[in-house]
Amino acid sequence: MKPHHGAHTSNTYIGAHIERVEDYRFLRGEGKYLDDISREGQWHAAFVRSQIAHGVIRSIDVSKALAMPGVRAVITAADIEGDIPTIPFRRPNPTIGPYAQPIIARDKVRYFGEPIAMILADSPELAEDALQGVTADIEQLPVIIDCKSAMADKSLLFDVTGSNLASIFNADKGDVDAAFAAADFIIRDQLSTQRQTALPMETRGLLAEWDAKNGKLTVSGAAKLPFFNRSTMAAMMNLPETAVDYIELDVGGGFGARGEFYPEDFLVAFGARKFDRPVKWIEDRREHLMAIGHSREASCDVELAFSKDGVMLGMRGDLFLNIGAYVRPNGMTPVRNAAQFMSGPYRMPAIHIAAYACVTNKTPAGTYRGPGRYEGNFFIERLIDQAAAGLGVDRLEIRRRNLLTHEEMPYSLATVLPSDGRADTQCDSGDYRVCFDACVQEANWAEKSKLQGKLIDGRYHGVAIGCFIEGGASGPQENARMVLEKNGDISLFAGSSGIGQGIETILAQIAADYLEIPMERITVFHGSTNLLKQGWGSYGSRATVMGGSAVIDACKKLLALFRISAAKRLGVEPDAITIAEGVARLADGRSVPLAEVASDHLEVDGSFKNQTPTYTYGSAFAHVAVDPGTGHVDVVDYVVVDDVGRIINSMTLHGQVMGAAVQGFGSVFTEELIYNDEGQLLVGSLADYLIPTASDYPVVRCVSMEQFPSPTNPLGAKGAGEGGIIPVGGVVTNAVANALSSFGVQPKTLPLTPSRVWEMIEDARVRA
Amino acid sequence: MKLPQFDYQAPASLSEAVALLMAGNGDARPLSGGQSILPIMAFRLAEPSLLVDLRNIPDLRGIEISAAGVRIGAMVRWRDILDNAQLKVVLPLLPEAIEHVAHYQVRNRGTIGGSLAHADPASEMPAVALALDAVIEVVGAKGKRDIAAGDLFTGSLSTSLSHDEIIVAVRFPAWPAARAYAFEEFARRRGDFALAGVAACYDVDAQGRAKNVRVSALSIADTPIRLKAAEAAMEGRVMDADAIKAASAAASAEVDPAGDIHASARYRKALVGTLLGRALTRAAARTAR
Ligand SMILES: Cc1cc2nc3c(=O)[nH]c(=O)nc-3n(C[C@H](O)[C@H](O)[C@H](O)COP(=O)(O)OP(=O)(O)OC[C@H]3O[C@@H](n4cnc5c(N)ncnc54)[C@H](O)[C@@H]3O)c2cc1C
Repeated sequence: MKPHHGAHTSNTYIGAHIERVEDYRFLRGEGKYLDDISREGQWHAAFVRSQIAHGVIRSIDVSKALAMPGVRAVITAADIEGDIPTIPFRRPNPTIGPYAQPIIARDKVRYFGEPIAMILADSPELAEDALQGVTADIEQLPVIIDCKSAMADKSLLFDVTGSNLASIFNADKGDVDAAFAAADFIIRDQLSTQRQTALPMETRGLLAEWDAKNGKLTVSGAAKLPFFNRSTMAAMMNLPETAVDYIELDVGGGFGARGEFYPEDFLVAFGARKFDRPVKWIEDRREHLMAIGHSREASCDVELAFSKDGVMLGMRGDLFLNIGAYVRPNGMTPVRNAAQFMSGPYRMPAIHIAAYACVTNKTPAGTYRGPGRYEGNFFIERLIDQAAAGLGVDRLEIRRRNLLTHEEMPYSLATVLPSDGRADTQCDSGDYRVCFDACVQEANWAEKSKLQGKLIDGRYHGVAIGCFIEGGASGPQENARMVLEKNGDISLFAGSSGIGQGIETILAQIAADYLEIPMERITVFHGSTNLLKQGWGSYGSRATVMGGSAVIDACKKLLALFRISAAKRLGVEPDAITIAEGVARLADGRSVPLAEVASDHLEVDGSFKNQTPTYTYGSAFAHVAVDPGTGHVDVVDYVVVDDVGRIINSMTLHGQVMGAAVQGFGSVFTEELIYNDEGQLLVGSLADYLIPTASDYPVVRCVSMEQFPSPTNPLGAKGAGEGGIIPVGGVVTNAVANALSSFGVQPKTLPLTPSRVWEMIEDARVRA
Repeated sequence: MKLPQFDYQAPASLSEAVALLMAGNGDARPLSGGQSILPIMAFRLAEPSLLVDLRNIPDLRGIEISAAGVRIGAMVRWRDILDNAQLKVVLPLLPEAIEHVAHYQVRNRGTIGGSLAHADPASEMPAVALALDAVIEVVGAKGKRDIAAGDLFTGSLSTSLSHDEIIVAVRFPAWPAARAYAFEEFARRRGDFALAGVAACYDVDAQGRAKNVRVSALSIADTPIRLKAAEAAMEGRVMDADAIKAASAAASAEVDPAGDIHASARYRKALVGTLLGRALTRAAARTAR
């Protein structure tokens, strides 16, 4: 399939820098989030969460809470009839079944923060007051904190399985032993990334309403995957799918974590149904930190084999991912991704990577922007810089020699087993050296590299460059329904959901170009299950590509109906008609504008099916200055160049890339979910979980290219929401290592806190 | 993280406020900017039954500058201190330190009295009060008294104030013309509580030697502390590179900080010395001008 660069459209919107339609309401404070809605007579939920990381529940006493003012009910596992439902997997595999998360703890608690009771009260304050009225008698069990003790099976989280390994994914390609036998040079290292969470600014929230008369459940506060969650909820509630609706409001960020199905989703709805009352829950920041999906706690012991001139021959080793206490719906995605995508943009003929999913007494993990790819990229980029030094090959040269070229496309990555439905994948298009060279240029490497290791005004300067690929356009399908309204305007109902990425703008741009009408005449509605029969949502950088392609299909169908309607009115054959700029015309000059056929009730369902991911690729450059006295690292300059196949809106695209880069700086320097040995989370607020603020990282420069459209979709576009974060860990850490090269410092562990950076320098000084 | 239930009063006079606190018998707390007490209540770490808002009491307002020194009312906000051009001349160490307090939203509400009463060892104000020999004016059921800054802080988040006492103002002695000073701290992000910080000042005699040296540190112990060994290393010396080095080493040697999730003990110990070195270098450069 060839992308239609302007072929079918006058194409005035696609590719432009267009301010976001949704910003008018956001900037005026008119956004409508979950906490902006309330229902008459609603009850408020608060969750009693285990303060013990691992233990057997002996008893739970709720009597004091029940006697407190305004408390209507307290739900515990005892109120759930039969087996406690577990949350289904989005991507099942043969071994993870027993590790699914129950919606409330009955016999055992497995992490600090696990829900053990839900209070329902007249106000959120009263519900919170009553938390102190619930006492749980929990007999403590030995706590597993890290993968090492998990794998030693010192204490088992799940007695039935006899193991703390939920799954082992093997990524394989070629003959890795032969590759290592033939190698001139091998580099091996043990590296790790820290536990984090995605931290959307809007915490989770739900409002569940039960319509007893019609047996219907409505859940507001949907995000990311409303349709999957609807069917999950329906199954758990023993209701037909059509009896459940998920309603999406404005969403203050998702980043992979918000919108997954969590225990609270079920419990809030359960309460609404049991008591026939609207139940509302707004998560507070402290519980957000302990309850929403965590991610990124990974370590590796990996080696790379090279020829003497720096050609990559093979990669082998082990990855250990601490996935927390249960396998959540997408808990395996980071694990299998780390294994499959660690080779990234590089030509790697032979691979054997084993990725271990270790269960521990920590909050269960899920996805966070660039899941597994960020971790894998950090590992391989650290190894490549060390290999360059060991081989005496220039750091640019070693990358350029191994980057994939246009001639090699499509290029197969390692096969990952057990399969979660995506065992094999191929890089779709591109010439990875082009972005790399553009990044070298844009960064002015020739000048900047003169600063390597230099001490200027008390700070050591360092530079680095790194490369990445980003998977996008997750399948299998997306839908878009389009209705011609009476006034000739278009309502577009998208199965994609809005998580702050600007989907109302993007989809309107695409529809406007394909219908050749002004964008203002198109209103996009999205993300709720009552808008169209089936949809998928926004995850895996898919909404623009999948949703946008479904919109194109809808536009084509609508134009076809327009043609028929216009032909009828003009008394001609449809073929005689030319449609341009929303007007059907005949050669004789007669015409029918779109608005005129509105009485025909034109309505179409568009869809796009595609199981082939897109791969945006790019390179990033970092220039840092390290203060050896405080250990502070200043990001002096940061450049990222990517090729996204086709740019739909350069403004929203750069928003994604820049935002992701800054989020990545948080990953490298400040954000960490720290536990003590008893498995208690020590991070309870944003004073401890340090996300980047607006003034922390002023310099991020993005350049986007569209030289190699994706052959997988009619737009030629590639998913671009996650790529910005993927290279940050590797490139920034390599720049720090470069700055501190006179000390021989080789960072192995993130984050690079001032304390840790200073200690690395100090230890190197003592050694010297 | 919702507030627990409490009563609220905003009396118009100090005597009424004191009476309310007295009646509360330890269960009532003053409310100034609310930037510390309200988050603490939201975390359910304190559940006072009554908040006595000091906003309507005229006696707690205003910055007075005289030959005797500077007197700052307890309800004066960080913003007021930074906006006062005279303070930059007559008490320059104070605004230099307050620049590091939080972000502008918090600075618009947080007060000098609230900060001293809150006694967070990571706060700038207590360390500055210590370095500048400030005196805290207090009114309670038993009347007025003055508390030397060194006697106010008794532990992390605890002071020698009794539950019915209200801080009315803070007095700073007059600032000699030939005084060198600097404030340095290091925080993980701008506006965060510091991992460590130092306030330093000394008078320069005719021979260029440091006299009346005062060095205090924040975020390094349960309370702000004077760094006496560093002071001793400086007293009577010309603050050249060697003297600065000696003071910096003495500072690191005399402190025994704890580690936490943000930084190790070892790092903090070294950091105090580094920051003092930087502060003294800047202070010396100022007097040289
Ligand atoms: C995000 C954030 C960041 C911050 N960062 C910093 C920082 O970097 N440095 C820093 O120093 N502070 C910081 N703070 C704290 C801030 O400066 C507070 O405002 C200050 O510490 C307390 O002042 P307040 O007026 O808000 O006191 P309140 O919160 O009103 O009161 C604090 C305590 O003092 C008592 N109290 C108040 N006034 C009096 C009085 N006159 N007499 C007796 N007792 C009284 C109260 O009962 C309470 O116990 C930060 C706060 C926030 C929210």
